[in-house]
Amino acid sequence: MKRRSLWLWAAAVLAYVFLYAPLVIVVVYSFNDSRLNAQWVGFTLDWYRKLFADEEMLTAARNSLVIGLVASIVSTALGTMAGYAMYRYKLRLLPILVVAPIAIPEILMGVSLLIFFVGINLTLGLISITLAHIAFCIGFVAIVVRSRLAGMDESLVEAARDLGATPWGAFRLITLPLIMPGVIAGALMAFTLSIDDFVVTYFTAGADALTLPLKIYTMVKISVTPEVNAVSTLLMLLTLALIVVASRLAPGALRGR
Amino acid sequence: MRERALNKWLIGAPPLLYLVVFFAIPTLIMVAASFRYAGDFGGLAPVFERSEDGGTTLNLTLENYQRFFSDALYAQLFLKSFGYAVLTTVFCLLIGYPLAMLIARSPKRHRDLLVLLVILPFWSNFLIRVYAWMIILGPQSVFVAAFNSLIGLAGLQPMRLLFTPFAVVVGLVYVHLPFMVLPLYANLEKHDPALLDAAQDLGASAWQRFWRVTFPLSLPGVFAGGALVFIPAFGIFAIPDILGGTTGIMIGNVIKQQFLDTRDWPFGSVLSMILTLTAIALAAATAWYARRERALA
Repeated sequence: MKRRSLWLWAAAVLAYVFLYAPLVIVVVYSFNDSRLNAQWVGFTLDWYRKLFADEEMLTAARNSLVIGLVASIVSTALGTMAGYAMYRYKLRLLPILVVAPIAIPEILMGVSLLIFFVGINLTLGLISITLAHIAFCIGFVAIVVRSRLAGMDESLVEAARDLGATPWGAFRLITLPLIMPGVIAGALMAFTLSIDDFVVTYFTAGADALTLPLKIYTMVKISVTPEVNAVSTLLMLLTLALIVVASRLAPGALRGR
Repeated sequence: MRERALNKWLIGAPPLLYLVVFFAIPTLIMVAASFRYAGDFGGLAPVFERSEDGGTTLNLTLENYQRFFSDALYAQLFLKSFGYAVLTTVFCLLIGYPLAMLIARSPKRHRDLLVLLVILPFWSNFLIRVYAWMIILGPQSVFVAAFNSLIGLAGLQPMRLLFTPFAVVVGLVYVHLPFMVLPLYANLEKHDPALLDAAQDLGASAWQRFWRVTFPLSLPGVFAGGALVFIPAFGIFAIPDILGGTTGIMIGNVIKQQFLDTRDWPFGSVLSMILTLTAIALAAATAWYARRERALA
């Protein structure tokens, strides 16, 4: 038994190294005083300075934040409704439409929304990106909220109703506060998904709109400098912070995907 | 009861409406687009065409599908993408299984942390994770230098790793590994350790205990993880686009090309349709198989 678990440990440690080493490498090279991601030359913050002097990068960051905020607010409202409706009522179409965007290849959503937006004559840009992001975020919020509802003690709502609360009153005073951690976790998840999305954004952005992932993509394709590492490091820090908050609020919510 | 029905609509209708407008309808439009003609300047030609005598003709065609099936190039590309996705699934399984097993067998209080450690990298930006491999496999990388001097000892010529199918599969495995580990773990965690003890008491070796008890019981997890890895890997375009160079392109790259460069939307829609139908068929087959396994057990 002993030797076997040793073998298991070794394999698992290697797997963890495989998962983390690439990210560590990206972070380390963001502080390297060299244009090449090769030899370690010396410590510098130059790449971060360059980042904050890069107009395009700042615009991209601003766009990503605005899209992420709007998309997460709207998708949290709609996703919470969807999660609640799926929990409370027997529905046929909604559960399918909630899960389908998560289950199908991402590229399909990108191209079909491209055809759709061009078809209804919507100029591709920040608005089309936001509309698309809301569409794929709803499902994630709905799933988190529904699992939170499933863990709720239903008798509390019944007690409130027996004591004369209206359905809306019972929802506002009992259900909503109880599922709030799930709602907030869902919102943070939606924000992260939106700010990180590349594929759907790539198809719905048109020629001019720029988000952080699109900017990173262009840099990776055209000229790789450690500036990419620097922006990546900052983005990872942001995501990590959001995750920490989300996991405090709703332990287990992150396993929703 | 009337009130209940009203509430159901008030709460359910807004998200339903949104998903119908921004998901279901666009998908259906794409399905329809696969039967339409391409526009003169890219995009789509009108469905109805007014002829000079005042009548209208319906402009639909099967040409796009014929084109797909008449040119072996596309079938080859599908096959190649399929092969990459299969390789990815197999490697994810080989790397992910020991990891999931270790997590499932570690003390309860450590499990959540170990699972979180698997998910965490997944939440960092997708492009960053792919970019990391561009550094690792790049021409200036110390890892590639070490690798090449190693195979140099065996008398082999130095190899380029970036912009090859190898790089694509490495990137695919890296990005999709958590999708394999999580369902596997969820399954392995539920196994009754008494079964292994019983097998041991009856004289089964460690290998037999794994191969005849643990593995067969974990098959539903293997299939769930396999589907979760295979389906997104099959249709991906960003990884081959960044790591694959010209030799590593997949079907997703051609779809992207049809929509954004060539602007032949009908044919791009055909490719997307076939991609999606393949993915759905595989997911359904997996679900069917998993259900049968469960029924037999």
